[in-house]
This record gives sequence, C-alpha cells and structure tokens, in this order.
Amino acid sequence: MLSALRTLWLTFLHLFHRRETIRYPEQKPYLAPRYRGRIILSRDPDGEERCVSCYLCAVACPVDCISLQKTAEDGRWYPEFFRINFSRCIFCGYCEEACPTYAIQLTPDFEMSEYERRNLVYEKEDLLISGTGKYPGYSFYRVSGLAIPGKDKGEAEGEEPPVDVKGLLP
Amino acid sequence: MATIHVDGRDYEVQPTDNLLHACLSHGLDIPYFCWHPALGSVGACRQCAVKEFRGEDDRAGRIVMSCMTPAADGTRLSIAEAEAVAFRKSIIEWLMTNHPHDCPVCEEGGECHLQDMTLMTGHSYRRYRFTKRTYRNQYLGPFVGHEMNRCIACYRCVRFYRDYAGGRDLDVYAAHNHVYFGRHEDGVLESEFSGNLVEVCPTGVFTDRTLANVYTRKWDLKGAPSVCVHCGLGCNTIPNARYGEVRRILNRYNGEVNRYFLCDRGRFGYGFVNGPKRIRRPLLAQDDGAAEPVAPTVALGRWASLLRDGRAIGIGSPRASLEANFALRALVGPERFHAGVADAEGRLLETVVAILRDGPAPAASLRQAEDSDAVLVLGEDAPNTAPRLALTLRQAVRRAAFALAEQQKIPHWQDAAVRDAGRDVRSPLVIATPDATRLDDIAMATLRGAPDDIARLGFAIAHAIDPAAPAVEGLTESAREQAERFAALLQAAARPLVVSGYGSGGEAVIRAAANVAQALRRTGRDARIVLTVPECNSLGLALMGGAPLSAAHAALRDGRARTLIVLENDLYRRADRASVDAMLGAAEHVVVLDHTLNETAYHADIVIPAGTFVEADGTFISNEGRAQRFFQLIVAEDGVKESWRWLNEAARAAGKSNARWDTLDDLITALGEQLPALAAIRDAAPAADFRIAGNRIRSAPHRYSGRTAIHADLTVHEPKPPQNPDAPYTNSMEGYYGRMPPALYPFFWAPSWNSVQALNKFQDEVGGALHGGDPGVRVIEPRPGADSDYAQEIPRPFARRDGEWLVVPQYRVFGSEELSALAAAVAERVTGPSLGLNPEDAAMLAVVDGDAVALELGGASHVLSAQIRPALPRGVAALSIGLPGLPAVALPAWARILPAPPELRT
Ligand code: SF4
Ligand code: SF4
Ligand code: SF4
Ligand code: SF4
Ligand code: FES
Repeated sequence: MLSALRTLWLTFLHLFHRRETIRYPEQKPYLAPRYRGRIILSRDPDGEERCVSCYLCAVACPVDCISLQKTAEDGRWYPEFFRINFSRCIFCGYCEEACPTYAIQLTPDFEMSEYERRNLVYEKEDLLISGTGKYPGYSFYRVSGLAIPGKDKGEAEGEEPPVDVKGLLP
Repeated sequence: MATIHVDGRDYEVQPTDNLLHACLSHGLDIPYFCWHPALGSVGACRQCAVKEFRGEDDRAGRIVMSCMTPAADGTRLSIAEAEAVAFRKSIIEWLMTNHPHDCPVCEEGGECHLQDMTLMTGHSYRRYRFTKRTYRNQYLGPFVGHEMNRCIACYRCVRFYRDYAGGRDLDVYAAHNHVYFGRHEDGVLESEFSGNLVEVCPTGVFTDRTLANVYTRKWDLKGAPSVCVHCGLGCNTIPNARYGEVRRILNRYNGEVNRYFLCDRGRFGYGFVNGPKRIRRPLLAQDDGAAEPVAPTVALGRWASLLRDGRAIGIGSPRASLEANFALRALVGPERFHAGVADAEGRLLETVVAILRDGPAPAASLRQAEDSDAVLVLGEDAPNTAPRLALTLRQAVRRAAFALAEQQKIPHWQDAAVRDAGRDVRSPLVIATPDATRLDDIAMATLRGAPDDIARLGFAIAHAIDPAAPAVEGLTESAREQAERFAALLQAAARPLVVSGYGSGGEAVIRAAANVAQALRRTGRDARIVLTVPECNSLGLALMGGAPLSAAHAALRDGRARTLIVLENDLYRRADRASVDAMLGAAEHVVVLDHTLNETAYHADIVIPAGTFVEADGTFISNEGRAQRFFQLIVAEDGVKESWRWLNEAARAAGKSNARWDTLDDLITALGEQLPALAAIRDAAPAADFRIAGNRIRSAPHRYSGRTAIHADLTVHEPKPPQNPDAPYTNSMEGYYGRMPPALYPFFWAPSWNSVQALNKFQDEVGGALHGGDPGVRVIEPRPGADSDYAQEIPRPFARRDGEWLVVPQYRVFGSEELSALAAAVAERVTGPSLGLNPEDAAMLAVVDGDAVALELGGASHVLSAQIRPALPRGVAALSIGLPGLPAVALPAWARILPAPPELRT
C-alpha cells in the first residue's frame, strides 16, 4: 500500500523534471563528434582515398559485415570495392579502432532506415566522402616506406635518401 | 637422448640438436630469425638469446644464442629469465629502428614472422626518434616482388638462394648497416626455386607477385591440402582461395617428399585455374560448327544418347585423378579404356612400373634421395624435368661435408662451419646426359653422349659392380675404366642412388639405371632408385593400365567404336597432328571433359566442364609410388564439377548400372575392389565422414572476414556455403582446427605463430615428420625377396649419320609442362622453341645462335631458332618439347636439319 502510494508520488514529481524526450524528427538531438553512427571512408589532405585496403577493419569487425578487395595503382594500394552491410553492422567502432590510416570513421549520423534491407548495403561510392573527417592532417603515405607518385623512396617523413649500394664509405 | 632443464622443467632431447631446435620441438616458444630448420644456424640475428646456467648453484648465468648452443645433456637454461627477456626485446627494438611504417601495405602482414616475433618479445613501443634508412627496390621478374626497406638482414635469403639452391644471381651488396639483398641489377631471378624466398624471408622483402595483384591476407584465405599437378614428383601444396578464385600456392610440408620447398613451376603454375580459356559451362557443337553453352541436363541427355549403343571408348589422362580415370574406365568398360599417353611413353611407364615392382631396389622418396651419399644420374635433366629433385640432389652432395664435419666434431646444424670444413668435399654425383644441366656445377663428373651411349655407360657400370650383369660389347678402354671408376664410387657409398626417368629419352637408359641399382643391391648396398615420370598421375594411370592410344585409333577406324570420350587430355600433345586428326575424324562423336579449352576440345560434339585440382577431390600417384589425396578447395557454383561426377551422371542418364557412386569414398571402395593393387589409396587420407569431436574440419581460418558482406551485393540473405560431400571439411570458418591426421591440414596456424613457421607446432620434431606420420601411402614396393633378371638388351653405340641428326628432347622447366604454361606468370618465363646444336654441326650448317633452322621430322618441317649448345655431342640435336605452338613428336628420332629458307628467317 505504502509503496504504491510512493510510486504514484514519484511519478507525479516527474511532471516537474526537465524533459529528456525531444520532438524528433523536427528537433534533432545533440550528438558528440565521437558518436558511433553511419560509417564513412575519408580522404587524405591531398584529396586521395585514405583507405589502403589493408583489411584490418574487415578482420576487426565482429559481425563480419565489411568486405573489400585490394588493388593498386603506381604502388598505391586502393580498395577495388569496399562494401559494408549496414543491416549487420552493430556500430561498435572496432573498424575505426583498427584502421591504421584513419580512413574509416564513424559519424554522428544514424538516420539510415530503409524499407528494403538490401538498400543498407553500401558500396565504396556510397561510403567515400570528399573530406578528411575527424583527422584533418594525417596522410599515411607521408610516413610509410612505399614509393608512390610524388613521393619517392627516402622522401617520406623521417627517411634518409636511399642507400647507394655501391658505396663503401662508413 | 639427453635431458635439458628449461625453466625448472626437464625435457628429453637429441644431444645432436641445438637448444633452439630442441626447445621448439617441445613446443616452447623462443623467438628467432636467422635459423631455419633446413638451413641450419649461423647466429646472425641474436634474437634467440636464452640464459644458460653452469649448474644448480649458478644464479647469474650467461646469455647464449640458443641456435648456436648444443643441447648437451644436463644443460640448464631459462627462456623466461629477466635479462634474457630484456635482451631479446632490445634486439627486436634495434632491428626495428629502420623498419618502415608499412604493415598495412605489406603483403607479409598477418603472416609475418617479424610481426609475430615483435609481439612475442613484447616490443610494443617505438622509442627511436631518428631517421630511417631506405633502399631502392628491384624488378625481379614475374614471380617475386622486392621491397628492401623491410629487410632485417637475417641473411636467410642468400643462404637459401646461393648456398642451398645453388643460385648465382642473388647476393648481398654494400656494407655495414647498408647491406642490400638483391641482384647486381634489375632482372629476372634465374633460379627455378626463387619462389621459396617468399616463405624463407621472415619479412615482407620478398613476396609473391601473383598474389599481390589480387592481394588477400592469410586470415581471409581458405585452404585445402593439395598435390602439385605440374610434374610427377607429387610435392604437397596448399592452394589458397578467396572470392572463389585461387590466389596462391603455398608449400605444404611433407617430411618424406618436398619438405620446406617447392619449385617455381609448382608455386606459380596455378594461374591456369583462373585462365581465360576455362570451360565453365557444358558446350554443345551446333550444326554450323560453333559451340553453344547449354544446360547440364541438355548436355547429359545428348551424351547419354551416345552412350546407349554401347560403342563408346574412353581415353584417360595422366593429369586426371585416379578416380576420374577409374570412372571413365567403368563407364566404357575396362577393355575399352585407353591410357591417354603416346604409345612410346606408355611403354616407358610400364617399364618404370616393372622396375619399381620387381626391384630389388626400392624407389627413393625425396628425403631418402637427399640422404644418399653417391648419386648417378643417367640421362635425366632433373632441373627441367623434375625440378624439386634437383634441389634434393644439391643437398645429397653435401653428405660428404656432413661426414667430415662429424669427424671434426662440428655439429651438423653449424651451417657456416660445416660449409667451411666441407668447402672442397662433395659426395660423388655423376651426371650423364646429352646436354649440359644446371646441376653440372656440383657434379664430380659429367659425361655427354647420345641416349644409347648413356645407356651403355649405365650397363657398363652395372657390369663393373656385378659381373653377373651383362657386359657391354665393344667398349673402348677408357670408357671401361670410366665405368669402373664410377662403379667404385657407388660401391664405396653406404646409400647410393640412381636417377633416371622420362627425360632420358629412351627405355634403354632406364633399364641401364635399373641394372646399376640392381647390381648394387645384389652386392649388398642399400641402393635406391628414382625414376621420374612426366605428369602428376602418370604412374597412377600406368598402374591402372589401359590399351595404348593407337588401339583407340584402330577401334574407331574399324568401326568397333563410334563415340570417343576424352578425359582431361589434349590429344594433340600426345601424337602427331595427322594421326590425331585422323583419329578424331574417325570418331562419329567426340565428348571431351576438360577444364581448359584446347585443340582437342575444338573437335568435340560435347564439351563438359571438368574441375581442376582445386575444384575436385582425388588421388594422384607420384613417381615414388606414393598415393596422395588432394581435396576440393573451391566448391564451384557454376557448371564446373569433378570429372568422375560427370561420368557418374552420364552413366545414370544413360541408364547404365556401372559407374554409379554417390560419393568419392564409394568410388574409391569400388576402385579398390576392381584393382586390388590400388586398394591402398583408401588410406591416403581419412574418408569424408571423418570427424573430430563430432566436427568437420574448417577450411577457413577462424578470423575469416566479411562473410555477411561478401555476397551482400547479390543477396542480403547470406546463403549457406555449399558443402562438399566428398571431404571432411566445412566450407567456412566453422569447424575444428588443431591437431588432425596429417593428410588433412588445410593451413598451418598456431596461436602467436601466424607465419608459415607455425609449422614447427605440427611436427614430431622440428624438421621431422608431421604429427601422425607424413601423408601419403606407398602403393608400389618391391615384392619381398624380389630379384628380377638383369635387362639384357644393350643398345649399339651411337653412330652419327650423314645429313641426319638424332633429335633428343630438351625439357624446359617453364614451358614444357602443359598447365603451368597457361599461367600468366609462368608464360612470361617461357622462351620460344629452339633446336640445340653442337657448335661444329652448326658451323657445318652455316647457322649461328638464333638463326632459323628447318627441322624435317615425321614428314613435316618445323622452323626453329638454333641454339648453340657446346656440350651436345656431334650428330645429336636437342629439340625443346612440349612448348606451346610446337607439335607433338615422338623422340628420340632421326631428322634432317637445314638452314631455314630465307623467306622464313625473321
Ligand atoms: S582498416 Fe582502414 S585502411 Fe584498412 S581497409 Fe579498413 S578502411 Fe581501409
Ligand atoms: S615485414 Fe612484417 S613487420 Fe614489416 S611491414 Fe611487413 S608485415 Fe609489417
Ligand atoms: S631480405 Fe628477408 S631473408 Fe633476406 S636478409 Fe632481409 S629479411 Fe632476411
Ligand atoms: S618439383 Fe614438380 S611436383 Fe614439385 S613443385 Fe615443382 S612441378 Fe610441382
Ligand atoms: S636464430 Fe639464433 S641468432 Fe638468429
């Protein structure tokens, strides 16, 4: 009896609390930049695709919803295709954690409902954005040892010029 | 046996091993780089440090390199001791100072020994803040990629390439911390074993270029135990697939056969599986001659109507599995089954079978061959006909060095010391071939002669060993002395070996080899013999038997047969064009089962899409007589099916009661009942109902990724992976993985060991047999007490003819074998057809190297490029054979050679 009355009282008090529910969709909630919503693929500061098709996101994904294939052009690795099945994705963010190039990022957009499940399968064209996303300055190829057009051997950050294998000087 | 104490526990070890080897054999983890079970220790990398204590009271101990310290009885050591741990960690840190930030774009990533060892030592944070050394890379040919920045200077590559495989064009350049592993300039790696660098190098410096184009990480690659289809040695392989496509071949360790290494033909020849000429759907010839794809039921219906009149004959194939050949044999009837090899080759194979069966010398496995301390090669150009055998013979000549080292108390694994001590000693290797071979550099003696002269030498050696063996008439004094010298060398050996085979160009040579082995046996030596055969199942087909090819022609010509069924065989490679044309013309209907369109298929009424070695299960019998099972890797979802299953379905459609089995195991049981000599193939691997704790074995690694996305572009409903009913595998990552019967390993992986070196965990002792024994069963052993009579027919000495040359076959490691030549990477290495000539003969013909010459052989004239071969005897010409664009000819044969008419010279 007493507890029933107490419950009624507590419920009554809620009438005077600050309202948490908002009038979505007219009103949008605030989501932090690190919110884990729709996944995108970003570009490096030079506007090139960041993803080097290393497969680490795919292997990190606990529901195995990422599938891709590596290809290369002039020494630069790219995904030939990159597919995320969002009907399986649990937005855990492991792919982002695993990505060594900051290519794959989760964004604060969660509005991706579809009537047809197959419309939740995103290909690279659907994922790739034109900016750098959360990590503006980073470019993987500036630190990696691979030579790509415009960055020869020895021209990455912290690299010495290539060794002259015929030289015997100490 | 010795006892060593490791971190307070006792282990029984071989005192002749080193500590690293001993600890790894017991499953203990010690990081290492430069040591390799097949290459021994050099102590270069300092990664395998452990602490050794002088006795129970020694608390301080001292750091030693475990790979350089003998596992002497009573040794006390610690792997976990703090100073040793710190030492190993700092070594990796040093190795990593220059290492590029490459793992995401490195083909080694995920199966990198350096990654594994870095994790194992706990080096996880880079403190070094200065600049990194860089290198330029080289173009090394279509097989192996090069990315020198990743090198940790362990020296394994040059030790394998130069010291182990005898290569010349890979070396170490520059000095101090600038050492560079590569060629003196860009260019194709010459050695036919270069592909092993991919597995030997513990980092991503040398990587598989055929994989790089369609790169996939190891964790995403499905695997299946398989057997190489590119020669008769039967090396064990693991083909890897992703997205339904084969993407590389890895070595699959078999302690008795290929052990750690493959040849490049075997490793890179798989490209034909994905080739543009693959047959993927049944084809039916239309009235206008064009072939149209049809539904399987249509093709089967048509085929069945041809079978009903009972006048079909079949031609089997030495590159098809025993099961496929048996299914064809059952469908058409044993007496209507023909072996799909040239008649001469069929006779040669029968001789080989007879020699191996009647003994007394048993066939040597490759491991036994490696243990031989004297080798006589008669006629065989092993580097081109059976490449892995050549690598084995290179190790066999080191027996003397090992023996000398043992006398000097140098342990066998002290690689540099053994090589130093044995610099000038080699076990005898005598090579008698028509032309120079790439093994000549390690031979004690080389002899050049026509096949008949080589046979005579063999017979003379046999007679010198055992006077009961027939003597050779008309031998010159020097030839007799030479034979006696070689006989003495073989007799002085404990385990002599005789090598011959299909490359020798004649049965007489093989019989001579058998006489030598027999003479050695009769005089109490533990002699063995290796006889090479051309294709992966040549010996299996020979054991199954079958009428010769010419009999098939006769049956068709006489009207005894109307329909010809050709199983996985391009007849134009078996006999000359005219007779194949005539044979196919005589057949009213031709049914071809094959995986790749070839000339024979163009003459077919019905073409049936057969599975290659990755789309089928089956058994091959290697030249050693070892039956080995290969398992289906890709369950094809288009029309492609195993040949035996197609034949089985055709039998059902035609209402026949023979040739009807539901599974491969039923077929194998029937095969064993009808051909008791082959019944043992059942034991080559466990049956399809084999389970471990109720589970099938998984064909994909446990972190196989993307399975809810791979097919999502087609359907989001995630279809169940197709199941292979003939093998105990799942077609996915679900299922058992761990210790299993050795014939079943679909890949090698162990926790913390992602690279190929995980293999250590699956061997009884590192470098020994796989747990549970090496895979495969020998189906030919000499009958106990067998002692056949010596072969008596000794050929007459070779005599030159005026205006004619004896044309002998010249095999090429790249090009002579049908399937590998279809692979794009191998095709890049195939050079055009040529005719080798002795310089004096060439001068007589007024041709120089590269000139066009016309070879008139078998009624046809072929224009070839002349190749001056100083070693060839006069009067003998060497024709490159099996190459694309060259007709099949039976060799050796006499032919006329003329300078090509000017209009044909290009
Ligand atoms: S982890 Fe990053 S770089 Fe690697 S494949 Fe995924 S998105 Fe591309
Ligand atoms: S060699 Fe190994 S550690 Fe080095 S970049 Fe390649 S994967 Fe990474
Ligand atoms: S290239 Fe590879 S095998 Fe050769 S020294 Fe460097 S790391 Fe070792
Ligand atoms: S030696 Fe023969 S069986 Fe072995 S890998 Fe080479 S081609 Fe294949
Ligand atoms: S493995 Fe022992 S020093 Fe390299």
